[in-house]
Amino acid sequence: MSKAKLMDFDKALEIYEPVLGFEVHVELNTKTKMFSSAPNEFGGDPNTHTTPVCLGLPGSLPVVNEQAVRYSISLGLALGCQIAPSSRFARKNYFYPDLAKNYQISQYDEPIAFEGSVEIELADGKLVTIPIERAHMEEDAGKLTHVGGSTGRIQGAEYSLVDYNRAGVPLVEIVTKPIFGAEKDAPELAKAYVSAIRDIVIGLGISDARMERGNLRCDANVSLRPRGQEKLGTRTETKNVNSLRSVERAVRYEIQRQAQILSEGGTITQETRHWHEDTGTTSAGRPKSDADDYRYFPEPDLLPVVPTPELIEELRAALPEQPVERRRRLKAEWGFTDLEFQDVVNSGLLNELVATVSAGASPQAARKWWTGEIARLANAADVDPGSLVTPAQVAEVQALVDEGTLTDRLARQVLEAVIAGEGSPRDIVEKQGLAVVSDDGALIAAIDEALSAQPDVLEKIREGKVQAAGAVIGAVMKAMAGKADAARVRELVLERATAQ
Amino acid sequence: MSDISEERVRHLAGLARIDLSDSEVTALTAELAQIVDVVAQVTNAVEADTPATSHPIPLTNVYREDVVTDDVLTQEQALSGAPETDGSRFVVSAILGEEQ
Amino acid sequence: MSELTHHTAAELADALASGATTSVAITQAHLDRIAEIDADVHAYLHVNAEVSLAAAQASDERRAAGKTLNALDGVPVAIKDVLVTTDMPSTAGSKILEGWMSPYDATPVRKLREAGLIPLGKTNMDEFAMGSSTEHSAYGPTRNPWDLTRIPGGSGGGSAAAVAAFEAPFALGSDTGGSIRQPAHVTGTVGVKPTYGGVSRYGAIALASSLDQIGPCSRTVLDAALLHDVIKGHDRHDSTSLTDNWPSFADAARHANLTGVRIGVIKQLNGDGFQAGVMARFRESLDMLAANGAEIVEVDLPAIEHAVAAYYLILPAEASSNLAKFDSVRFGMRVTPTGGGTVEQVMSATRDAGFGAEVKRRIILGTYALSAGYYDAYYGSAQKVRTLVQQDFANAFAGVDVLASPTAPTTAWKLGEQLDDPLAMWRGDVATIPANLAGIPGISIPAGLAEEDGMPVGIQFLAPAREDARLYNVAGALESLLTTTWGGSLLSQNRGLDTPGGYSTSVKGGAR
Ligand SMILES: [Mg+2]
Ligand SMILES: [Zn+2]
Repeated sequence: MSKAKLMDFDKALEIYEPVLGFEVHVELNTKTKMFSSAPNEFGGDPNTHTTPVCLGLPGSLPVVNEQAVRYSISLGLALGCQIAPSSRFARKNYFYPDLAKNYQISQYDEPIAFEGSVEIELADGKLVTIPIERAHMEEDAGKLTHVGGSTGRIQGAEYSLVDYNRAGVPLVEIVTKPIFGAEKDAPELAKAYVSAIRDIVIGLGISDARMERGNLRCDANVSLRPRGQEKLGTRTETKNVNSLRSVERAVRYEIQRQAQILSEGGTITQETRHWHEDTGTTSAGRPKSDADDYRYFPEPDLLPVVPTPELIEELRAALPEQPVERRRRLKAEWGFTDLEFQDVVNSGLLNELVATVSAGASPQAARKWWTGEIARLANAADVDPGSLVTPAQVAEVQALVDEGTLTDRLARQVLEAVIAGEGSPRDIVEKQGLAVVSDDGALIAAIDEALSAQPDVLEKIREGKVQAAGAVIGAVMKAMAGKADAARVRELVLERATAQ
Repeated sequence: MSDISEERVRHLAGLARIDLSDSEVTALTAELAQIVDVVAQVTNAVEADTPATSHPIPLTNVYREDVVTDDVLTQEQALSGAPETDGSRFVVSAILGEEQ
Repeated sequence: MSELTHHTAAELADALASGATTSVAITQAHLDRIAEIDADVHAYLHVNAEVSLAAAQASDERRAAGKTLNALDGVPVAIKDVLVTTDMPSTAGSKILEGWMSPYDATPVRKLREAGLIPLGKTNMDEFAMGSSTEHSAYGPTRNPWDLTRIPGGSGGGSAAAVAAFEAPFALGSDTGGSIRQPAHVTGTVGVKPTYGGVSRYGAIALASSLDQIGPCSRTVLDAALLHDVIKGHDRHDSTSLTDNWPSFADAARHANLTGVRIGVIKQLNGDGFQAGVMARFRESLDMLAANGAEIVEVDLPAIEHAVAAYYLILPAEASSNLAKFDSVRFGMRVTPTGGGTVEQVMSATRDAGFGAEVKRRIILGTYALSAGYYDAYYGSAQKVRTLVQQDFANAFAGVDVLASPTAPTTAWKLGEQLDDPLAMWRGDVATIPANLAGIPGISIPAGLAEEDGMPVGIQFLAPAREDARLYNVAGALESLLTTTWGGSLLSQNRGLDTPGGYSTSVKGGAR
């Protein structure tokens, strides 16, 4: 459906109530896979991170990674879930070439964690509680590359290539209950929820949580029901949403699309839809129908997971602060205004700020860098701000400003050089001679030259028209190639003008 | 009597990815009906509250340490049995269905 | 040493230790025997003389250097083709895996190699171990060495026939519902299904994961125990493998003693539907045991009346999932429909062409049993029957040390005789299946010949889980009583082997 044919978002909300639901897959950053001792590493030459288990070779058998179980329990606890006294793996049977055994080892009726909730914060500071139905352990599939056809997509491809390096990477799938009452905040809530899950898993240190690498993947379920109707509408499940921004856009799009169809008297098909980042639209995938029969049954090669109360308590005691609590604490510690703090949270840079502050920068300086210059550069390059520089580098640049070695302008120049990979901030200052000229002698020489070149200005200053000094200051700064402290130059200009 | 029909057998064969011929479907339908009538006796042999046994020897919490072992295959070993590869990946024909 | 192929593994080990012979000589003798008779018996799917002789050579060199790995170092062994091997193809008797070379060894095979045993080859089996006659092998049936017109049992008919025909001193098998014990019964050999988890399943091409167990096939109880001692124990690759410290099964076999042993005779497996000759040999054995210190009582196991039905739901269900991996992507056969096709069509065409009728039948049945709306009634109920069977065994073992029954209702039938009736062969598994459902160990040893057809009959003993040693004790004791009565092993009475070339002369004089 082209965007022109979508119903206006506000109008859609007038007629229909959106109901949301999310399935978030988190790839755990264990050293090895969920059921095999192959390395769990991103990338690598195709089919070099496999054992007979990952390839589903005849005779191979899965064995559970203990660390993955511990991580899953920690995540369950962080989601406020109950941990099942006994949980079990099950086989989900379906044929697909990225699935080495043609069944996925997952959990079905006995997940490791269930009945929890996550508190999330919207941009206006509103807190919303997202009900969690369950979190279960499972294994990832391999990676398909489609060859031939025009787009490299699955449609029209002549053949496909399979790399099983990712096959068997441990996943936790977090499933929410239906979320009511989001109303016009629905798209933002979607983004805030995924962002909250990201914060939680990063806080736990159990996932790299890089959405662009698929460490964190969100399937968004959206349904609409006419206002006043109790029965839920038919839902669609949008997959392949791999950035926070896309989650927001995809939910908004699906609400508008469904509203348009419903308002024209059409019906929504229960189906999987694929999000297309480039066009900002979703397209129909596989219809969900009775043909989907996964024939779940308890995985006979694996035994029940029965965590002891001691283990659960040990992991509970080691939980980091909840993100919402942590934000409250940081805001107070840093003394930010509501607006300043929300700005940071909304740009997803809280962790970067924390790291930058702990590397020595003041909270305000850290905020300025990350939400200002770095965010601007990241936006221009369409990348994650955190991928450009490290908090330590930012703190080092700020330290150079604080000690008077750099002006703000020079500091921005140094930062760009750091991003360009030219070295550490101090190296760059040294190599490129970017430090502020703090030798008054050199400044005075330049000032005297500028004053004598602009006798009219000199006259005005002497007459007390101090604002006229600007022209001279500009000339001096230019002569010093910006490597001077403008305030000091001003001081010296006034001094020299009256002294001469 | 069981509810095994040719249509159901075709559906099951589709789920199991076996391209049965018409005569195979006919033969299997008769055989399955006969078999199911016999095995269905289990339904009456148990009570609703009889616990199920999925493992003959009850064990729990059998885990592996999170360390890479020498079970890891080289790319050559991984691909060695494949009908078709491109040298580093397995080659399959066009995929029509979407991922799940 | 003459007639190297007619000695037991224990005797061969002694001969190697004393320097009376070499592993190369023993291995060559078996290869010669295979070359001589296997065209008739067809016990083997693959033999690689060069690889076997090189391993034998290495064993002789170790021995010369005083670095023997195990008492069985240098003794040959046959391997059921269900176990994957790096140096021989592994097909599980299926066309879909024709010629497939595994990049890893199954754990029981690795243990054999680490103990210095010499793998002779891979033995024939019903495709993916589905069957009781080895007629469902995609590579043609194995024939019973007692009568080449009869079945050798299944699914491990190849291993049993190889051992019975002196083509290997012993062999590995797999037992999901009797596939080691029933072939032993019909070939006059010994077969043991260990406690579930007693031997690693890693590298055993799975049929039904919760039922499969690897175990030994041999001509004597001691040889089975010796082989079991090599392959037993925990494996980090198999979550269901037990960490128990197992006793020496060879010791149990060597020091067999019936004094005070209580033997329960299973009421439900003691008459109805059993061939007269089978029952006659069974009762004689019981009398002999009683006369030598054992106490015989009858026990009631009502739930095993539903065992076969439960088994034929659980097995196909698990198998339908286990066999899904045979999809033409990573290994094995690929069939592309004429004019090409989608991956889905290629998979379906491959699986249609690559699987035999019995395999397809069970996959479809299993898919049905697990389907939405049927799961609770079928698979769910079958798992509950399993609980009842376990409870029955637990009750029985509260009063007896071991249970006894005929291993199977009939002697070996004629090839082709039961192929048209899918239920007939299933009924033959009535005595062996309960042990797999309950995870308990079982053994079958020769009990004599049935008068009506002159074919071998076995007797089965079952013990509680983890008490495999009791089987070697009781069976070892009975074996020694019976062979004394017979004046030699049962196999030495094989007159059916007189016909094919050269067979009889080597058999006369027997294994003693
Ligand atoms: Mg899902
Ligand atoms: Zn999932």
